[in-house]
Amino acid sequence: MKKVKYRNLSSFLSFLLLALLLTVSTSVSAQDEAAPDEAAATESAGGDVAAGEDLFKANCAACHKLDRKATGPALRGVADKYDRDWLHSWIKDSQAMVKAGDPQAVKIFEEYNGAVMQSFPQLSDIDIDNILAYTSQPKTEPQVAQTAAGGAQGTGDGGGGVTNDIVLGALALVFLLLVVMLFLVTNTLKRIATAQGVEYPEKEKRTPIWKAFVQNQFLVLVTTIVLLLGAGYFAFGYMMQIGVDEGYAPVQPIHYSHKIHAGDNGIDCNYCHSSARRSKHSGIPSLNVCMNCHKNIAEVAPETATEEYSKEFYDGEISKLYDAVGWDVEEQAYTGEEKPVKWVRIHNLPDLAYFNHSQHVTVAGIACQECHGPVEEFEIMKQHAPLTMGWCIECHRETNVKMESNEYYDKIHEQLAQKYGVEKVTVAQMGGIECGKCHY
Amino acid sequence: MKNSLHITIALLVASTLVSCFNEKERNYQYFPNMYQPVGYEAYGEGDIFVNGQEAKLPAEGSVPRGYVPFDYENTTADKARAKTELKNPFEISEENINEGEALYTIYCAVCHGDKGDGQGILAEREKFLGIPSYADPARDITMGDTYFVQVHGLNAMGSYASQVDHKERWQIAMHVMDLKAALNGNPGLLESKKQNTSDSTEVDTSEQDNDNTNDTEASNTSEEETN
Repeated sequence: MKKVKYRNLSSFLSFLLLALLLTVSTSVSAQDEAAPDEAAATESAGGDVAAGEDLFKANCAACHKLDRKATGPALRGVADKYDRDWLHSWIKDSQAMVKAGDPQAVKIFEEYNGAVMQSFPQLSDIDIDNILAYTSQPKTEPQVAQTAAGGAQGTGDGGGGVTNDIVLGALALVFLLLVVMLFLVTNTLKRIATAQGVEYPEKEKRTPIWKAFVQNQFLVLVTTIVLLLGAGYFAFGYMMQIGVDEGYAPVQPIHYSHKIHAGDNGIDCNYCHSSARRSKHSGIPSLNVCMNCHKNIAEVAPETATEEYSKEFYDGEISKLYDAVGWDVEEQAYTGEEKPVKWVRIHNLPDLAYFNHSQHVTVAGIACQECHGPVEEFEIMKQHAPLTMGWCIECHRETNVKMESNEYYDKIHEQLAQKYGVEKVTVAQMGGIECGKCHY
Repeated sequence: MKNSLHITIALLVASTLVSCFNEKERNYQYFPNMYQPVGYEAYGEGDIFVNGQEAKLPAEGSVPRGYVPFDYENTTADKARAKTELKNPFEISEENINEGEALYTIYCAVCHGDKGDGQGILAEREKFLGIPSYADPARDITMGDTYFVQVHGLNAMGSYASQVDHKERWQIAMHVMDLKAALNGNPGLLESKKQNTSDSTEVDTSEQDNDNTNDTEASNTSEEETN
């Protein structure tokens, strides 16, 4: 009787959990769906906002943002601040107005340190009205819709994590219940059996296997030899990797994602590591190189965020950059207070070996990825290659020297190819594995 | 009891072995003094430096090798001056233009696009908006102000002085002029140089480009602007 009761309970419980699970997950997805509807609901009043948005993005957005000062002032609600006719003539030719001495024009011109606004003679009055309609869109409403959408998504994402946890927890609970059930069932069965007088057969005593093993001397000898050889093998392997930092991925002071920069946005390695082209070192870019773009990009797009790293996390990392370089986002100016970033060095050849980047990057034309691996896929930078001597030599033996458009060496290359009887000379054949080339 | 003791010992050994491969830490080294340099290395640390930071700016007033003076401040007036006055001192050759194209692809194309139409990958992905085309008639860029902007930056564009040197800037400027000519449907620098049988300098040809383009640009403008 008891048994039957228990079994019912377990299935009932698991059904209950499953039902709970389903309700939770459906409610979450419902939230997700609601978000875009809200965002789409933002409508405009007066002027063609969509056309204005396109024009704004094509012409104005290089210097103006809606809610944040950039090269020029923030433009949200600019139509209410100034007279419309004045705005029209300002947009069409601001410099003429400054020269004519229009007080308002001169004031703005001076406020922005004499930055000249491009004149836009090609924009018609309707175009300008469309742009103004776009900039006159109330901030709060789309902003609220956006944050609501973002919030909904945020909780949705968070909810996703929570549902996962719930699913896992529920599963664990079900399994635990099953185990308990099984235990109870066997217990009751045993009790019933003993009550009915059934006896379990006792196991016979035998020589334990380890005793039998120890008694056989041949086996012991063989095992010892095998064990020693195995230990030697692993010890050798362990010794060989000492001093090799393959896979070393330290925590950097600023979480810089090569995946976002070099992968998704396709920025060339040399853009930031510009000294790799012409110097021994592939330099860590100074922060002014970061600011070439990040003066303008103060936050990541929502789609950049991944499950592991949220938008808030990435935005925080960008503000770390601003803090280090001393950039005031509100004022769009440098404060002059700099705090150099203490990047942690990853690739480090011992002092006894000489390596020159420009020789490999510019002269040989080797892709960075040959040695550094698919960096454009690394969220966290790590050392891809072992950087051992054997690794260097292997590449020097296999790689053909790039001879094209290097007329200076044409003759010597020809002679070397003749000497070795090959068409293409490898680096090793040209002396690339002589000790003194790297160790001196 | 004995068994459980053995198991714990085995687990401990295994865990210590595994913990040696912590990727956040550097590995052990046999003879660290063979690895670590005696002298100061680039980006190294040293007690004698301010902040312990070895990377430093050159002493004030030092003049790097091959330095060419550039007497244009980051002002609108000087930009206008550079636009007309600043001349390309290098020969317009295929080598220079190819070099300029390679550099352009590294440093400029992400925003300005391979064709110079302002539709680089960062523009496509809406990281940067409103990047003008080189053929924009209102800007009417010349080699001089292309060089100037590379040194000082302009509006949302930062300075590239630390990434490209004097010669490389002019090489990039040559390629930019080629792109501008191509956008306007005009012959590039090399072709127009060949056409000019007289001993004209490269700067003259670029200026000629601008003169020629102004008419045709008007027709292109509408397309460019709506992009």
